[in-house]
Amino acid sequence: MAEVLVFVDHVDGAVRKPTLELLTLARRIGEPVAVSLGSGAENTAPALAEHGAVRVLTAEAPEFADYLVVPKVDAVQAAFEAVSPSAVLFPSSAEGKEIAARLAVRIGSGIITDAVDLEAGEEGPVATQSVFAAAFTTRSRVSRGTPVITVKPNSAAVEAAPAAGAVEALEVSFSEKATGTKVVARTPRESTGRPDLTEAAIVVSGGRGVGGAENFPVVEALADSLGAAVGASRAAVDAGWYPHTNQVGQTGKTVSPQLYIAAGISGAIQHRAGMQTSKTIVAVNKDAEAPIFDLVDYGVVGDLFEVVPQLTEEVKTRKG
Amino acid sequence: MSLRIVVCVKYVPDATGDRHFAEDLTVDRDDVDGLLSELDEYAVEQALQIADEADDAEITVLTVGPEDAKDALRKALSMGADKAVHVEDEDLHGTDALGTSLVLARAIEKTGYDLVVCGMASTDGTMGVLAAMLAERLGVPQVSLLSEVSVEDGTVTGRRDGDTATEQLQARLPAVVSVTDQSGEARYPSFKGIMAAKKKPVASWDLSDLDIEAEDVGLEGAWTAVEGATERPARTAGTIVKDEGEGGKQLAAFLAERKFI
Repeated sequence: MAEVLVFVDHVDGAVRKPTLELLTLARRIGEPVAVSLGSGAENTAPALAEHGAVRVLTAEAPEFADYLVVPKVDAVQAAFEAVSPSAVLFPSSAEGKEIAARLAVRIGSGIITDAVDLEAGEEGPVATQSVFAAAFTTRSRVSRGTPVITVKPNSAAVEAAPAAGAVEALEVSFSEKATGTKVVARTPRESTGRPDLTEAAIVVSGGRGVGGAENFPVVEALADSLGAAVGASRAAVDAGWYPHTNQVGQTGKTVSPQLYIAAGISGAIQHRAGMQTSKTIVAVNKDAEAPIFDLVDYGVVGDLFEVVPQLTEEVKTRKG
Repeated sequence: MSLRIVVCVKYVPDATGDRHFAEDLTVDRDDVDGLLSELDEYAVEQALQIADEADDAEITVLTVGPEDAKDALRKALSMGADKAVHVEDEDLHGTDALGTSLVLARAIEKTGYDLVVCGMASTDGTMGVLAAMLAERLGVPQVSLLSEVSVEDGTVTGRRDGDTATEQLQARLPAVVSVTDQSGEARYPSFKGIMAAKKKPVASWDLSDLDIEAEDVGLEGAWTAVEGATERPARTAGTIVKDEGEGGKQLAAFLAERKFI
């Protein structure tokens, strides 16, 4: 069976969930060979083996952290040449997409980004994408070269499938350009203790109707009662009420959770593009005419400062 | 020495319009008004600010697209860019990201550059891969997805707010940068700017000017093929209640019924 290269997204050896989803999808089109780079790379092997990686190629070098993107492109290219895979898969993170883009140019292959599903086809893997603010679904394939595909988080349910996961050291010689962009400083983001926005099963988002940064705890309290991530609309982010990293929308993050709760969000196209594929959508808004109500499974026309705290209390009571 | 800045911009179908596909599964550009991609306005703005700080700078805006794409160039010129390059060729219809990056890279080399500035993604394709592809093709550093950027003494510095960390990045020119929508509000063209834009030079190049063969671009030369596009069925209308004091509890009952609580 053909081997499929899977780029591993991990933090100091802890594999992030989108990579496990990627391994699940990779098994539909071949045998996954994982490429794990940087500090703690070898520690990713058990989790990767548990989810179907037949081999884990690892490389640790300070270059991966000290310089932007190119050292990892060099390493993935080395893995590509060593394995001759039938496809190369990346998580659709900012980094994943950039490595994929540069690899595609180097190996002269087509690239598909932000796939939401992947299956084997007669002429190679077929990727499903959600486009035009999720108004259309397309099916595409790479027609020249080895398919390079990036896949969005929450595109598949993680399935365990134990495999050998033999660890092999990957030989990488860095290109002259590898040290072009220096990472001068890195400040890790402080953990909020809440689930990651793109990975969360439930997302609670606040918008213009929240009215100010000082009111966001109302949204956070509901999120915490449900074990949810917190999102914000562009209006709330632009007003400085919540960090940009939590922005849901076309220019922020796209989320596709089981449940999306929009509080004080009108539902402009920008925002809808980021959440329209959520399984169940709920909204609370004062304005009965807000476009968000066209999307909802359940909507409450009312003051979010009345409705949301009552909901939070009720969730806590029901959860006991 | 003059700092030569090239800003890559895209003319896209208005996202508030009813976007759809043409019969050949390329984006239908006839039925929806086009405009300068909003995310590229941030790139133009940052280029203008970098130019303001430089002793001597010249900004060229560059686009690849049909005749109408000149509108995107005009907007950037009216914001304050100095000149424009429009790459137009009927063989370009259906060109994908890899092909577009080839055309842009050739045009940038022909123009001459010290700094290339891109938006974080287009608002239609939203791939967000072009800056990385350009850096790869041009063989220069990429300093991408910046929320802050500055250029001093031949070095570009910027801040990137990632998922797990904030990074300060630095590279020597020439380089390719891309900026996010957090980099700073884009200015509105002034009346004076709009009038001045009409007199600014817009060069028109075709594939032969860039030594690119027709078979390497366009729908035939694309590295990817769209096999089908289906409109997502509209969501069926849900339950909407008016809060009369019990809205939160009613919502909780709905969530419990769906097993979220």
